[in-house]
Amino acid sequence: MAGATLSAPTATGAALAQAAPQQATSFTGKLVIIIPYVFLLVFFLVPFFIVFKISLSQTAIAMPPYTPALDFSGGISGIVGQLRELNFDNYLFLTEDPLYLNAYITSVIVAGISTLLTLLVGYPIAYGMSRAPATLRPTLLMLVILPFWTSFLIRVYAWIGILKPEGLLNQLLMSTGIISEPLIILNTYTAIFIGIVYSYLPFMVLPLYSALEKMDYSLVEAAQDLGCPPTTAFWKITFPMSLPGVLAGCLLVFIPAVGEFVIPDLLGGSQTLMIGRTLWNEFNANRDWPVSSAVAVLLLLVLIVPIVIFQHAQARAQEQGR
Amino acid sequence: MKSLGSIRRDFAPWNDPNAKPYIQFENVTKRFGDFTAVNNLSLTIYEREFFALLGASGCGKSTLLRMLAGFEQPTSGRILLDGENLAGTPPYRRPVNMMFQSYALFPHMTVEKNIAFGLKQEGMPKADVEKRVAEMLKLVKLEPFAKRKPHQLSGGQRQRVALARSVAKRPKVLLLDEPLGALDKKLREETQFELMDLQQQLGLTFVVVTHDQEEAMTMADRIAIMDKGEVMQVATPAEVYEAPTSRFVANFVGNVNMFEGKVAERTEKTARITGSTGAQILVENAGDATAGADVSFAIRPEKIRISSAKPEGSTNALEGEIYDIAYLGDMTVYHVKLSDGQIVRAQSMNAARISDDPLTWNDRAWVSFRPDAGVVLTR
Repeated sequence: MAGATLSAPTATGAALAQAAPQQATSFTGKLVIIIPYVFLLVFFLVPFFIVFKISLSQTAIAMPPYTPALDFSGGISGIVGQLRELNFDNYLFLTEDPLYLNAYITSVIVAGISTLLTLLVGYPIAYGMSRAPATLRPTLLMLVILPFWTSFLIRVYAWIGILKPEGLLNQLLMSTGIISEPLIILNTYTAIFIGIVYSYLPFMVLPLYSALEKMDYSLVEAAQDLGCPPTTAFWKITFPMSLPGVLAGCLLVFIPAVGEFVIPDLLGGSQTLMIGRTLWNEFNANRDWPVSSAVAVLLLLVLIVPIVIFQHAQARAQEQGR
Repeated sequence: MKSLGSIRRDFAPWNDPNAKPYIQFENVTKRFGDFTAVNNLSLTIYEREFFALLGASGCGKSTLLRMLAGFEQPTSGRILLDGENLAGTPPYRRPVNMMFQSYALFPHMTVEKNIAFGLKQEGMPKADVEKRVAEMLKLVKLEPFAKRKPHQLSGGQRQRVALARSVAKRPKVLLLDEPLGALDKKLREETQFELMDLQQQLGLTFVVVTHDQEEAMTMADRIAIMDKGEVMQVATPAEVYEAPTSRFVANFVGNVNMFEGKVAERTEKTARITGSTGAQILVENAGDATAGADVSFAIRPEKIRISSAKPEGSTNALEGEIYDIAYLGDMTVYHVKLSDGQIVRAQSMNAARISDDPLTWNDRAWVSFRPDAGVVLTR
């Protein structure tokens, strides 16, 4: 579900900012708009309502494992009767068990810290790329995208090999004599941070690069000319000018990181508690579809806040014509 | 009193051997890889001077300006400002401000904040900053726009914000990189005079880079004409126009007719030049041309008279046929084809509404000029 909500924010940065607000009057123009809307309706909104309906149902040992299942054989009155059985019990249950609240909070904190770390790593990369000779930039850009050519899952598995106690990192550090005891990184939050920063770095670098690359460098020269040393010029000019890119990058990392399942599951071990894993356990181990649906709906609500912030900022940026 | 051109100049420190130079380029060379942008260039600019660097794109004029601002370092040679060597002084410590060709206004700041930016960097007290900003806004007549962002302004207004921002710190020298390049023609002409007034008012030294000779002629006290990283001539607009020292300068500034020939006879004051077909002209201002030398005689179109009959008592008169006429209202431009095939451009002011001696296409006509109307060029 988080993936579906992302389809809008991924079309960010330069592409959207430069798109002139044109009135699509012709039929083809309308079609271009209608197609994505129909797609979102069929593959996002309808499934969402199904999930929402399940979250209001009760678990049952049946196929599907909840009741009431929608059954159209009873006619209108039958459906109305089924709808009457729906209630918010599952949501109440989520508030009663601290496990869920803790998982939500941990997820938001882990995603927040990871986003900050990704920004710290990604900004210098994007800045370096934007200042590189123009002939070199396409190559650098390709190198950033290159990891996508390998399966995400395989790349996360590779990190197990690097981080485990007898893994490559510890072997290297111990053979050079920097440490004598292997570092315990795997199955800790540190491993999750490493995994998220590594996996989501391109989503941070690309919008940052797009914002920095189109910045007129003479602005920095002007700031220096008016008495700013280079560092001051960076904080007064370059960084504020790149803020739309910073915001886009942070949300592109934060939103999927909150609901991330694979990285906490593979690198975080059983000690770490994140909402994506809770959802998975609820759905697969407990086979409690109604509760896991409620978890998913609440996760979406948690994520709607940053998405709205993002869209608002983007609308404002477009208004400014930049 | 006689003078080149029609203006008498009272401000001429370059003619005063005791005048203290303000900006000095001493044998400055700048290379970018294999490309030599500025080649062993020496140049002196005086305080309160309005100095223009004029040249085609790629001639090195912008590089010169950027070296003065500190964005580029000379490969060799040195630059002095007020007697102080600027080498090693970063741009943010130079008492020099620049107005950028793109204006480089900070898009995330209001007009007010843009102008205040440099002052705040200096650590000027807040009240003084406000006072100075108000003063600057008044100077460029932008008071009602103080709270606007750059993207809410017209091109002309942006140009004035950039100007206000660059003079707000009262720099010793203001550098202007194609300051009027982005404005339309009418606005450009108005702004030229505004810039001159501003320079007078503030008493600053201006160094302006431009490729527009009219702009340089209008505004500058002196013009340096540059080509391929070298200065071809540094002189007042009138000298550059009336007494170019090389074929390049004569051709670059304004329109010119060039007669090629050999010096047949040389006296102290005059030279007799013979063209390839044997036509002879007698000229003054022969400079260092010696007898037998290959020279060009350069003469401006407006200094050539055109008439249907051979003018009486004229030293230099050549016969030809009218090949083309362009009537421009205030003046008429004639192209006259001489017997040797050379086209001579003659310009005559339409001082009277009704002409006594109208000429038309294919008429036989005489072009004539005084011996001192042009210059002999050897370079």
